[in-house]
Amino acid sequence: MNFFNFANIRRGKDSSDRVGQFMLVSYIILFLLFLVLPLGALISKSLENKDGDFIGLANYNLYLQEPALFQSLYNSLFVAISSTIIVVVLAFLFSYALTRTCMPFKGFFKLIALIPLLSPSILAAIALVYWFGNQGVLKEMLLGKSIYGPIGIIMASVYWTFPHALIILTTSLSLSDSRLYEAAEVLKTSKLRAFFTITIPGARYGIISTAFVIFTQVFTDFGVPKVIGGNYNVLATDIYKEVVGMQNFQMGAVISMVLLVPAMIAFFIDRYSRKKQISLLTSRSVVFKPKKHFKVDMIMLAFCSLLALIIILMIGMAQYGAIVKFWPYNLNFTLKNYNFEVAGLGWDSFYNSVRLAFYTAIFGTIIIFVGSYLIEKLRINDGMRNLVQFFALMPMAVPGLVLGLAYIFFFNAKDNPLNFIYATMIILVVNTIVHFYTVSHLTAVTALKQMDKEFESVSLSLKIPIYKMFWRVTLPVCLPPIFDISIYLFVNAMTTVSGVIFLYSYDTTLASVSAIHLDEQGEVAKAAAMAMLIVYVSVAVRLTHTIITKKVLRKTQAWRYNIIDTKLD
Amino acid sequence: MTESSDDSYLKVKNLSKSFGSFEAIKNISINIKEGEFVCFLGPSGCGKTTLLRCIAGLEIQSAGLVFQKNKDISNLPPSNRDFGIVFQSYALFPNLSVFSNIAYGLINNKWKREDIKKRVGELLSLVNLTEHSSKYPSQLSGGEQQRVALARALATSPGLLLLDEPLSALDAKVRVFLRKQIRDLQRKLGVTTIMVTHDQEEAQTMADRIFVMKDGEIIQSGTPNEIYTKANSPFIASFIGSMNFIPAVVSNSDKVQCNNVELSCNTVNFKQNDSVQIAIRPEDIQIKKENPDDNILPATIKEIEFLGSFQRVYFESKNLTGDLIMVDIPSSNARKTKLNINQEIDLYFSKEDVRVYPV
Repeated sequence: MNFFNFANIRRGKDSSDRVGQFMLVSYIILFLLFLVLPLGALISKSLENKDGDFIGLANYNLYLQEPALFQSLYNSLFVAISSTIIVVVLAFLFSYALTRTCMPFKGFFKLIALIPLLSPSILAAIALVYWFGNQGVLKEMLLGKSIYGPIGIIMASVYWTFPHALIILTTSLSLSDSRLYEAAEVLKTSKLRAFFTITIPGARYGIISTAFVIFTQVFTDFGVPKVIGGNYNVLATDIYKEVVGMQNFQMGAVISMVLLVPAMIAFFIDRYSRKKQISLLTSRSVVFKPKKHFKVDMIMLAFCSLLALIIILMIGMAQYGAIVKFWPYNLNFTLKNYNFEVAGLGWDSFYNSVRLAFYTAIFGTIIIFVGSYLIEKLRINDGMRNLVQFFALMPMAVPGLVLGLAYIFFFNAKDNPLNFIYATMIILVVNTIVHFYTVSHLTAVTALKQMDKEFESVSLSLKIPIYKMFWRVTLPVCLPPIFDISIYLFVNAMTTVSGVIFLYSYDTTLASVSAIHLDEQGEVAKAAAMAMLIVYVSVAVRLTHTIITKKVLRKTQAWRYNIIDTKLD
Repeated sequence: MTESSDDSYLKVKNLSKSFGSFEAIKNISINIKEGEFVCFLGPSGCGKTTLLRCIAGLEIQSAGLVFQKNKDISNLPPSNRDFGIVFQSYALFPNLSVFSNIAYGLINNKWKREDIKKRVGELLSLVNLTEHSSKYPSQLSGGEQQRVALARALATSPGLLLLDEPLSALDAKVRVFLRKQIRDLQRKLGVTTIMVTHDQEEAQTMADRIFVMKDGEIIQSGTPNEIYTKANSPFIASFIGSMNFIPAVVSNSDKVQCNNVELSCNTVNFKQNDSVQIAIRPEDIQIKKENPDDNILPATIKEIEFLGSFQRVYFESKNLTGDLIMVDIPSSNARKTKLNINQEIDLYFSKEDVRVYPV
């Protein structure tokens, strides 16, 4: 009797289970095709000679014997670590001012601080050329040092990574329990001691996480060192030179691996520290509300004003450079820099970028949200779900340049049946979705985790298939984060350089890439104009997004606003 | 093997469930009659919710069978089983009105529009929420939300109603009110119901039958009265209601020696010199002699707790070591007999009210 019971515990499947299982299998296949296999192709390329024969680690040996290449690794580490330290300190103070003081104009400062998110990283580099370049306004301030090199790379990197650091640190600093500070005060603890024993430990994981995210961003960035690096070589520019300049794909693959490993390590430390962060605040905590403190508030106001001014001066200079006739000799205004025909480019690359951004936002949002739903809410196929979850986190650890190169090796192979997507818009869209998958995925997971975990159980008990409930409840409830994801994907698709630099073709040139090429040709004003075009679109999309959230969401999210209405009654 | 014919509505046979190496449920078998209201009662982590979810098909058992109306449903997915379920968190769809929440399950079953309207109207009046029909869940109080969840679960007239700690998230007053409402509703509809709870009072006031669970096993089942008066282990005796435990040694037939007092009680299952613990409910101890052969225990008042309708008085007895003895005295009695700290009083309790458990 008992013996029989142990046999055959196999749950029958209903339509929800079958659909879910089919979708999971599809996701696994997609991730294999567009992430795992390309990376495999990259690794195998690094172990081959020019004829495609397996030669083990010989390429790596060659790399280690090449002092010039080795110097780049050192340079990359140097600029990445320096930028990280500067950004973490600045962003920490800025977010401390936003979350823990009564500084006035917080909303304004928050807005200004997020501006760099809307522009490609090269915009900062171009602005720096105008400020400190050979014909720069403030060239003397560098005391004879050139902006083309580590100084420029670090300054531009600090500028464009600042908002990323700010977002993580603000979140981490706002997660604090005011009861801890009250307890400290009752125990007659000094403000300074409270800062070092409560504030810093509370934000510890946020700081660690920020440091590793910023490190990875600067370490793997291609645009900034390309525009303002001068003769200062870093790993990212080396890969580009090996691949595009010397057609040495094998060495490109080797350097990619060198780039990939630190990024991977940083990624795992970041994941680990984020997990720790969550457990610090319980549902019983009382959110911290800052008290007025005139001296601190004013110091912070001065500090934030200075940073805001720098940000405005940077983007302002890029805009100014784009509309003057001939810097620095003829400063009359003109729109001729927006005429890219002269440089043999036209506006096609701009339209391509907008198309890429639209496709990425639409398809990316659908794919990513449905994927995170499968992982988060299905009850069956634990193994497959864990695998998809692992794949979804992987892209964060893979630098864009590395992913792009991996795509070349994989999809350009003659015997690959997917070869037809090579040099088309499709490969750009796929690559961009994969490149920015993880952050969007985590946003979706957070939103889904906030939904009652029993919705699916209720639906099943009422015999409603899960996909119907997804459509009727999950999707409407999650609209705000879904909009956030689509905006994130759109703006990143507009501004990205490193992911697509290897993948565009004659028909699919992109605005951010064109800006780099214009700069290469010495057309700095046109490069600035092109970079600014990206900013305009990003701003326009952001504004539309804000209006949509305010107006349209009010309709679909009536139940949300009703909460407030009844509480006021 | 898949046949099981007797009069029970729901039958669980040798059910086990493990999560990794942790055994949440160990070989449980139960029978539930049609129309019965049963409670799975136990401390958190005892496996009661897991058992409920296995019956619903929301967890897949590691071994064992479940029959509903003599049909083997062990391998069916939840959507092919016949049950309605209510969760502690209500799990109401936030973007749907009260009406749409209740109608949710009807729409899929191809009901006509006017039939749906009528059915939802019936259910709303059943849970007294008619005027809230067009509101969103967030505009209702917790108790109202849980009533909507109940109406939603009952909408399709399921044969089995599962309640997973439905009252635990509510305020004490609302809880008591809903207890009665759920119980009345269940009687009226006659739907077989299983409720999971960790609140013994809830189980006692609502259930026809209680299954007390601990560490993945059912350690006693019976009517609320049986469980209270004939708890088969010190664990249940102390988990359900309050209990004084006093270590003792069997000295003679129907006599035990506690330190240096001898008390009489029923020792039928024990031999002389067995170490035992005797248990007496606080309300079974009197401060006035009622029967000539009551046990007598001289004691001193150490602490008095005012609990509304009764007072809990803690006594120390010089003859006993260890814990203070709790005695519940109705407040009306306590007012008549003035009680003071350090006052010396004799305590009385009858032989029948003393339970004896092995150590």
